[in-house]
Amino acid sequence: MALAAEKGLADSRVMERTETELIAAVLKGDSASFEPLVQKYSPRVFATARRYARRESEVEDIAQEVWLKAFDKLKSFRGAAPFEHWLMRLTVRTCYDFLRGHQRNRESSFSDLSEPESDWLERFVSAPEAASENADAAKMLIGRVLERLTPPARLVITLLEIEDRSVKEISKLTGWSVPLVKVRAFRARAEMRKIVSKMAKDKYL
Amino acid sequence: MNIAELKKKLIAAARANVPGDQVPYAFEKRVSALLAARVAPQNLDGWVRGLWRAAVSCVAIALLCGAWSLFMPVTTTSATDLSQDFENTLLASVDQGDQAP
Repeated sequence: MALAAEKGLADSRVMERTETELIAAVLKGDSASFEPLVQKYSPRVFATARRYARRESEVEDIAQEVWLKAFDKLKSFRGAAPFEHWLMRLTVRTCYDFLRGHQRNRESSFSDLSEPESDWLERFVSAPEAASENADAAKMLIGRVLERLTPPARLVITLLEIEDRSVKEISKLTGWSVPLVKVRAFRARAEMRKIVSKMAKDKYL
Repeated sequence: MNIAELKKKLIAAARANVPGDQVPYAFEKRVSALLAARVAPQNLDGWVRGLWRAAVSCVAIALLCGAWSLFMPVTTTSATDLSQDFENTLLASVDQGDQAP
């Protein structure tokens, strides 16, 4: 057991060293050394981007933008924290820029709900516990709600409520101060409540 | 309708919907190709930037010289003989060669 743990630690050290070596090589001008980093961390970048963009083409654009920025800003990576953390900060900030650049019409009504979405809402009204959160309709509805949030509100709700991150973590990821995250979280919750109320009103009034 | 409960349900739905981490085929190759395409223009960028700076400096010097020649207080002797002085300076070496025994 202890041997296995030791081997795991040694493996991770080798991986770490390899990663550090790759970064050093890229900084020296060997851009080909960047490819293994892209290969290793792209799944995380894509999973994060899919939280904020619906269309796959948009997700790919975000991921590509993240990697181009990572290459350009690699000099600013000091190596004090793992490369993955640095990359995730860059990813979240790129997603936020994407949200700000693609603000859709948030004022539209909820009158165009699909049949499964309407059914799910009706089921929720009649018996809240019967409306499963795993239903596709519920996922589509939350997608609609999130799309109507302002970019900071959407980012905060995603990180705080959906990904269950702490305020401190969000502060590190976004570059906002802790009080600013708290203020934005308060506003985001209020904004979301308002949108959900509007959805209920559009459906039943 | 209980809005707070509905909000909670919707958040739970979002939590249950974990996005996939699949990466398009050969995505890393595409990024590498993009980076390689960007590296060459970056080398040219240095030259272009340098040449633009030089051009701006030249224009600035030309303007300063022009302004100096226009706004310089003119003395009668130097004003009349400026072109002659210039010619003399340019041809000084030739004149010296002619005067030499």
